[in-house]
Amino acid sequence: MAVLIVAEHDNSELKPATLHAVTAGLAIGGGLELLVAGHDCAGVAEQAASVAGVGTVKLADAPEYANGLAENMARLLVQVAADYTHVLAPATTFGKDVMPRAAALLDTQQISDISEVVDADTFVRPIYAGNALATVQSSDAVKLITVRTTAFEAAETGSGSGTVTALGAAGDAGLSRYVGSELSSSERPELTSARVVISGGRGMQSGENFPLIEAVADRLGAAVGASRAAVDAGYVPNDYQVGQTGKVVAPELYIAVGISGAIQHLAGMKDSKVIVAINKDEEAPIFQVADYGLVADLFKAVPELEEELERQGYGT
Amino acid sequence: MKVLVPVKRVIDYNVKARVKADQTGIELANVKMSMNPFDEISVEEALRLREAGIAEEVVAVSIGEQKCQETIRTALAMGADRGIHVLHDGETEPLAVAKILRALAEKEEPKVIILGKQAIDDDCNQTGQMLAALLGWGQATFISRLEIAGDTVSATREVDGGLQNIELALPVILTTDLRLNEPRYASLPNIMKAKRKPIDQYTPEDLEVDPAPRLRVLRVVEPPGREAGVKVETVTELVDKLRNDAKVI
Repeated sequence: MAVLIVAEHDNSELKPATLHAVTAGLAIGGGLELLVAGHDCAGVAEQAASVAGVGTVKLADAPEYANGLAENMARLLVQVAADYTHVLAPATTFGKDVMPRAAALLDTQQISDISEVVDADTFVRPIYAGNALATVQSSDAVKLITVRTTAFEAAETGSGSGTVTALGAAGDAGLSRYVGSELSSSERPELTSARVVISGGRGMQSGENFPLIEAVADRLGAAVGASRAAVDAGYVPNDYQVGQTGKVVAPELYIAVGISGAIQHLAGMKDSKVIVAINKDEEAPIFQVADYGLVADLFKAVPELEEELERQGYGT
Repeated sequence: MKVLVPVKRVIDYNVKARVKADQTGIELANVKMSMNPFDEISVEEALRLREAGIAEEVVAVSIGEQKCQETIRTALAMGADRGIHVLHDGETEPLAVAKILRALAEKEEPKVIILGKQAIDDDCNQTGQMLAALLGWGQATFISRLEIAGDTVSATREVDGGLQNIELALPVILTTDLRLNEPRYASLPNIMKAKRKPIDQYTPEDLEVDPAPRLRVLRVVEPPGREAGVKVETVTELVDKLRNDAKVI
């Protein structure tokens, strides 16, 4: 068996999501290699080589990989896939964009968003917003897989001793052109890797009220998220969205504020270790999954929470 | 210019899926079914292209059992011009669906195909990307903004860290994210009108596609449940529990 992990990075840093995919790859067994495709990204390849368990890092350094465009990435994957039994990427917007395109070119039925490796052919994946877990078996010669990052620990970095080898580029497909990005800038941790997440829902009533939960987030070093309802209502941008069609998170502590607990939201956070719900409606379904429920008006409770945390010396 | 919009019949957004007792799948008998929510956004976007004079015709396609025609009628009631139904009983996987859609694209020659980014049943998020690959077209996935001027497509994609802007040339595959638009409701007169709009029917065999699934589903089970916890009365009590019992802060 030979497993290739498609690294996600921004040409300077290896993204943590990659480390979770590596752990899934190690569970499959056999040799494990990493593909770093980007531009002026030799530093990323060095980081990748230091990930525990990685043998070889294949580095494809060319302008057409600078922004991870799916058309170019898929061409490259098709060129290298024959050397592997499994090609894995994290189930991030990058992996979701690139992998199915490569899978179709290889005539293989991708397995999306796996949460468990049963054996080299058999995987568990959530379906129906996580209301069911399907165990599926693939007989495709090369298996293309995206990995639910919250279901696998991050592989260790720093201790690996992989070697970097250069890979010829596959050329620009000439089908799409990167124009620019508007990335959210925040001092807070990234949602999918934060130890604590605090999310607001429709109960927040307006985007102008989100500073209430941001204040708590800053006391706890938490990331800020939102329900689909809050995103739909325009309170916050889509990249805050936690749920079936947004991000999946599994922090140590998840605080749901003014979130009713629709199926689609629970799909994105119910694997959190400890869940707190603050909602004035005691019938809200969120209380059925919460370890600690506080039935209260969030506009009173959340400022009180921030004061209490301050009093106890958090975030000072 | 023609726009093709694939629409999938799925369990209704508000229904909680129940696993079958024999662990072979999800109970769908007597369950409310609807158009996949992301596909409603696709239909809406296609209609807006027609209303803006960029597209002339909007064709809705669905693949599956006979009842998929209801889903096509929903698209027609929203305003699509005609429908195509590919009759197939049994499961379909994204790769087979993409092959069927490629065959239809070759017949219909649309310049734009708009798909939902994922279906809320299998949660695969694959079909649009696969179809783009099979046709050799560019793809703009998870889009929240679209502009088409001449042959140039400018799109904003919802990515993990924020937004990404890309440019492509027609023909193109687009997959929709939530914030692209708000789908319209069908009015009663339009629902009546939709009944008279034509729906062509094919089978996968007509299109020379083998729809047999590649993946074998060994079992489908419910995830481990989560016990409801305790109610706390005050914020002070909450902080105390988090600090001293759960030890997470």
